[in-house]
Amino acid sequence: MHSELDIRIEQLTKIEGHVNVDVKVRAGKVEYVRLKISENKRFYTQAIRGRSFSAAPQLMSRICGTCSIAHLLCCIGAVEDALKLEVSAQTKILRLLSMYGMYIRDHALHLYLFALPDVLGKDSLLELDENKPEERQWLDEAFAVKGAGNRLSQLIAGRAVHSPFPVVGGHLKFPDESSVAGILAELKRVRPMVFHVIDAFRDCLFVYDRKTDFIAIDGEGFLPFGGEVKSSRGRGLSSRQYFQHLEKVVIPYSQAMGYSFEGKDYMVGSLARINLNSGKLHPSTLRDCASYLKLFPSKNIYHNNLAQAIETVHAIDHSIELLENTKFVQESRAPVAARACEGTAAVEAPRGILYYRVRMDEKGVIDDATVVVPTQQNQINMERDIKDIVESNLSMDKDFITAEIEKLLRAYDPCMSCASHFLRINWV
Amino acid sequence: MQKKLRVGWFSFSCCEDSTILFVELMNERFLDWKRLIDFRHARVLQGRNFDDYLDVAFVEGAIATERDADELVRIRSRSKRLVAIGACACEGMPSGQRNEFDEEKKREIQFLVDRFRLCERVRKVSDIVVVDSLVPGCPMVEQAFLDVLDKYLMEFGVVHA
Repeated sequence: MHSELDIRIEQLTKIEGHVNVDVKVRAGKVEYVRLKISENKRFYTQAIRGRSFSAAPQLMSRICGTCSIAHLLCCIGAVEDALKLEVSAQTKILRLLSMYGMYIRDHALHLYLFALPDVLGKDSLLELDENKPEERQWLDEAFAVKGAGNRLSQLIAGRAVHSPFPVVGGHLKFPDESSVAGILAELKRVRPMVFHVIDAFRDCLFVYDRKTDFIAIDGEGFLPFGGEVKSSRGRGLSSRQYFQHLEKVVIPYSQAMGYSFEGKDYMVGSLARINLNSGKLHPSTLRDCASYLKLFPSKNIYHNNLAQAIETVHAIDHSIELLENTKFVQESRAPVAARACEGTAAVEAPRGILYYRVRMDEKGVIDDATVVVPTQQNQINMERDIKDIVESNLSMDKDFITAEIEKLLRAYDPCMSCASHFLRINWV
Repeated sequence: MQKKLRVGWFSFSCCEDSTILFVELMNERFLDWKRLIDFRHARVLQGRNFDDYLDVAFVEGAIATERDADELVRIRSRSKRLVAIGACACEGMPSGQRNEFDEEKKREIQFLVDRFRLCERVRKVSDIVVVDSLVPGCPMVEQAFLDVLDKYLMEFGVVHA
């Protein structure tokens, strides 16, 4: 039993961005846990001021490499909300497909490269032996699934990272029939592979149950945007109202600040979405994932991995449906007239709700903006869970406790690149 | 025994967009790279990383703190070649956008610059160390990266023309 213990995890690996963890135990009690997001601030909410509304989304995409499509589309959404701009049905489909490409690629990155090694007892996917059939299968599937998401984004959005095609009022380039046929075949080819990783995360024995409020967007379907923000306590809020229910929590040692919802901790992300909205998954996903979905709603944070894997199937299924039933045509962007206005948007980024508010002047120049990213919203839970894990394992050796902390943080799938963009803080 | 290129992949202040593309390039090349490359340091790929000598260090991101500058110097000192990856490493932007802020914005952020001991100016990699190759782009131009990698695989005798 540790009476005194100091743990320092410098630059946690197999996550997005940089984070350090400090834990201090004295007299058998955790004195403090500090989750220090060490990603240097890049001040995007300052930088957006003075930019035109048409240039702002591409700038904000640079907040994060892996979630860039979510930032791009959320910023576009906030601008369009401000300008009361309606986009075409085809544009909405192209945006959904852009998001799904990101979901497939980003979830696959997390599931196979970051989280699966913990399940397999490996340090890295690189350690798998391609000459052993069962390990070769993991390698083949990891890169095939991830690659399918990457190519869907390339085809629809122009690139998986900082995509050039989605713009305010519409879309710049449209997929042709032969390319659509190609990606359809690829999505159908990789779909069965995802069930292997679903099985792995269902059968995995990692358990960390905790009570918390889950919050996700609840729309007409299991969609990454559109609809109200719903909490497991039953509140339905518009994106504009949502921010008003968040309270900033300054974490002095971290380059990101946290949030509480109505004064309480909460969680966003795949686990929240599946807990709250699994009944709205694509019918094919519901049919083929029925046995896995019996595990939800779940309080086990490790089921965030399982939820991501199920969402990957949903993203594939809905993409297939959209691609099979849409004949893409050339169309112009909705006409835009600048005026002084303010708008908000919320989208479900892979890691949870992403919120944007923009305000612009009569010339369409942004003069104020707010961005809330998922990892900031999960930050308080992550810290509290580390404390709990350490206290529950004080009889174990330091390496074991450290590994448990790392494993749990990975299950949250934090994105530190996103978290350390700048928000205006009122220091008191 | 196949000789391998000893490689490190490092990220400083940036959105890690090029890291994402690097990992996506693996989709079609994983087995080849595993045969040809010894990843001594790549946080995105593995938990166990080594601070030993490298044939090639790939460095993404701009340099925003003295601590990062010191780390970059250490990476350079143990690397035979160093490649700046992406716009933030090559040009310092967009991560260095605060360098161009007007006085009002600079005043707003100064307390955070002080609090987190950020440098007054964000710098590109070549402001601090000698850079052997540049892979520009935001995100990096994939073919440019592959060309640089091929060049060093040849130079270090891992593959032959």
